[in-house]
Amino acid sequence: MYKYDEYDHAMVEARVAEFSDQVRRRLAGEITEDQFKPLRLMNGLYLQLHAYMLRVAVPYGTLDSRQMRMLAHIARKYDRDYGHFTTRQNIQYNWIKLEDAPAILEDLASVEMHAIQTSGNCIRNISSDQWAGAAADEITDPRPWAELLRQWSSFHPEFSYLPRKFKIAVIAADEDRAAMRLHDIGIQIVEKDGQHGAAFYVGGGMGRTPMIAPLIKDFVPLDDMLSYAEACLRVYNRYGRRDNIYKARIKILIHELGADEYRRQVEEEFKHVKSLGIDPPKAEFDRIAAQFAPPPLDASAPDAIDRSDPDFAVWVDQNVAAHKVSGHAIVNISLKPIGGIPGDASSAQIDLMADLAEKYSHDELRVTHAQNIVLPHVRKADLYAVWQALDAAGLATPNLDLISDIIACPGLDYCSLANARSIPVAQKIATRFSDLGRQKELGELKLKISGCINACGHHHAGHIGILGVDRKGTENYQLSLGGSGAEDVSLGTITGPGFDEDGVVDAIERVTDKYLAERTEGERFVDTFRRVGMAPFKEAIYG
Amino acid sequence: MVEHIHSDGEEPAVTLDAFLSQSNATAVRLEPDEDARALIPHLDRLALIEVAFPKFRDGRGYSSARILREAGYAGELRAQGDVLVDQIAYLKRCGFDTFAPEKALNPADVEAALARWPEHYQGAADGAVPIWKLRHG
Repeated sequence: MYKYDEYDHAMVEARVAEFSDQVRRRLAGEITEDQFKPLRLMNGLYLQLHAYMLRVAVPYGTLDSRQMRMLAHIARKYDRDYGHFTTRQNIQYNWIKLEDAPAILEDLASVEMHAIQTSGNCIRNISSDQWAGAAADEITDPRPWAELLRQWSSFHPEFSYLPRKFKIAVIAADEDRAAMRLHDIGIQIVEKDGQHGAAFYVGGGMGRTPMIAPLIKDFVPLDDMLSYAEACLRVYNRYGRRDNIYKARIKILIHELGADEYRRQVEEEFKHVKSLGIDPPKAEFDRIAAQFAPPPLDASAPDAIDRSDPDFAVWVDQNVAAHKVSGHAIVNISLKPIGGIPGDASSAQIDLMADLAEKYSHDELRVTHAQNIVLPHVRKADLYAVWQALDAAGLATPNLDLISDIIACPGLDYCSLANARSIPVAQKIATRFSDLGRQKELGELKLKISGCINACGHHHAGHIGILGVDRKGTENYQLSLGGSGAEDVSLGTITGPGFDEDGVVDAIERVTDKYLAERTEGERFVDTFRRVGMAPFKEAIYG
Repeated sequence: MVEHIHSDGEEPAVTLDAFLSQSNATAVRLEPDEDARALIPHLDRLALIEVAFPKFRDGRGYSSARILREAGYAGELRAQGDVLVDQIAYLKRCGFDTFAPEKALNPADVEAALARWPEHYQGAADGAVPIWKLRHG
């Protein structure tokens, strides 16, 4: 894991001092809310329906146990004893007092954490593959590349007042576990002539105009990566639309220019930027990469798992994934108990996951974009002990990637932008499909719910997506089918007229029944949908 | 460091169009949607480039400033308009050396803002040595 040196510490401390001063001036009335807003947003502080919400950055989703315990401490001391893990691998707290924010940032800084650029029209926290460093299919660990980008993008003087927010994801495997192509820049580390480099996909995004990012450059060498990113951003900062907030993301610029013209402009800018000497030397990458060295895992550890406890065996089959080192496994902890709030964890649960990471996972945890937690490096021989501890804390729901492993935004229960509630819909769906045998029969089924058109719940990328809208003062839910945020990336198609809260749950049941009737051997829901198209599903839903 | 608009005897900055069509002006004003690169052939006869910030949220002027400095412009580069204390350190990093805020800034706040950052992660237009270079000499 990356450890701060004196420079990193000094930068975060300067930011805490700066924001403390800004809060003081705001509370003293020296700056207006309009002037304060972009400053607090760049420190992760939103004004929600009922209180301030603080979003804490978890760079590329990686945490150690000390940092995880600090997240529990903040929930306990400053919030209502829980936190909410987000689709960008961060955590947010919903009940924060403005005057506490500087103290929280100081607490975070003490464990090398911060809330820098988790909001605002700037380059946001960099996200990555939650199985980085553990997955058998990666060509390298993507996190050193993400850390280089984190430092480059932190307090970037030119790109802190962009037309709109800017999200970057970095992966290094063909299996895309980070929805890479639905980011403003998605980077896949690839290999060419024995060298690793970055493939740049630019202009993806969700929101009201979802777009899949086109490939802009198939191979950017490590030595050029920051210059190339700088060129991509400069073209956007200069020419991205600022006349309409809904058309201000880079995806609209690239859509209007065309990928070829955008690429031409970036290449021209890159030629110039490359001459400025802004790319760090290989020694800096090596310094960072050394800190992501694989933990000392014993490849001769026993590979067999004692499956005599049937509940444990069910969990192993669903939530445990293959590790690149024999005798080890990746444990996925579901934060989606049936009827619970997707992504929420109590401070006691956060502490317990920290304890398990320290004892069984080389002190590492990950946050996933699907709002779950990962213990990346667990010996197979320890899985039973881990499961028992998780089960006792209500954290062993064996539903990874099943219909009840729902991504949902906070919705109208918290969010001032929302048109409809998301959480109660997620709870009703999970409850309707609570029978595990039925869920397993349906297989991989990614269901995602957004409470407004901004699509924080990734509904466009759901095998089944739900969008809450306001229709003449009542909450109405539109259903879409066939999206994916993975390597088979696609955008969902709306089925037809929307439903009320119970109606959408009924419609989903008709959709899944139709799938079971139509599917051929080995087909996932989304595969069947792609093969047979919308018509049979539409008929099943609307008659 | 913080100047107010138009000191005595200063030549008024002309618009980009006016500048490009007359040869003798030495001060020009650049609006957010105007291309800073149009000035590159003329940099050696310019004494002042004033970059307009009608709204502090519009960040195009940051790129304009860097482009001008990267092209070798060494004259006065002024940020004018909705220029607030909390943007001033980034403006300076992008190459601005004078500021003409519409509303006067508290000098103590400006001093604190400019002294805030001990180092910088990335290279920009202020000549600061980035942290990666400090790490590796």
